[in-house]
Amino acid sequence: MSVFYLVAFLAIFFALMTIFTKNPVHSVLYLVVTFFTLTIHYILLNAQFLAVVNFIVYMGAIMVLFLFVLMLLNLNGDTEPVKSNLAKIMGAIAGMCLIATFLGAFRVLQPNNEMVVGNAEIGLVKNLGKVLFNEFLLPFEISSILLLTAMVGAVLLAKKEVRKV
Amino acid sequence: MDSMITQIQGVPLNHYIIFCSLIFAIGVTGVLIRRNVIIIMMSIELMLNSVNLLLAAFSAYRGDASGQVFVFFIMALAAAEVAVGLAIIIMVYRNTKSVDIESLSKLRW
Repeated sequence: MSVFYLVAFLAIFFALMTIFTKNPVHSVLYLVVTFFTLTIHYILLNAQFLAVVNFIVYMGAIMVLFLFVLMLLNLNGDTEPVKSNLAKIMGAIAGMCLIATFLGAFRVLQPNNEMVVGNAEIGLVKNLGKVLFNEFLLPFEISSILLLTAMVGAVLLAKKEVRKV
Repeated sequence: MDSMITQIQGVPLNHYIIFCSLIFAIGVTGVLIRRNVIIIMMSIELMLNSVNLLLAAFSAYRGDASGQVFVFFIMALAAAEVAVGLAIIIMVYRNTKSVDIESLSKLRW
């Protein structure tokens, strides 16, 4: 049980470092560590398949894509645009207000304080595959079309325009 | 191994909700205080991930696998969003030579 609190603290700490560090490359690296702590959370929840997918898709693919773009555009701490201090303070206050609103809402709702008992069965690939291909077959196919469209769109967008003479 | 599993489980659902809302609020704050478009997209990833974890926690709590399938769909959506978003950022950078969100005022009235 104490493992949860340790990992939660680490996740919040690294998420804060992600948004407060100045250098974008450091920011990406901190975000990778945050996703790693979230992967540990999935393992604690007995969601083994999601842990592996989070590891591969988020840490392996998406964050490497971010790092690749940052290095392609050659951005580092020197070229980082900074907001004025007033806007920063206002943003931080707005974030705090959001947290306060959430906590107040949960106090009013009084959700039950029962324990999360992770069922070892439901996180396995076999069980998830059964649900995915029985109840969610149509959304699964539609998501494949979404990914194809995104790929074509990204290639078209990033292609150099041919200059017409 | 069995004792470890019983030790790591048994966290109240409340604590998962509070933890995920904290991460979500950090993501919102990141969108508000940064001007680099790429870091704003990373904050959005942070928000998506907090919601993912909460869905997985609810799924484990209810003993229903649908929540974990939703997480899978959100991950596919995030991958598509990142691919298109980064392509758009590269196009904007080629035209304006900056990733400053406040230089993107072309759609302003």
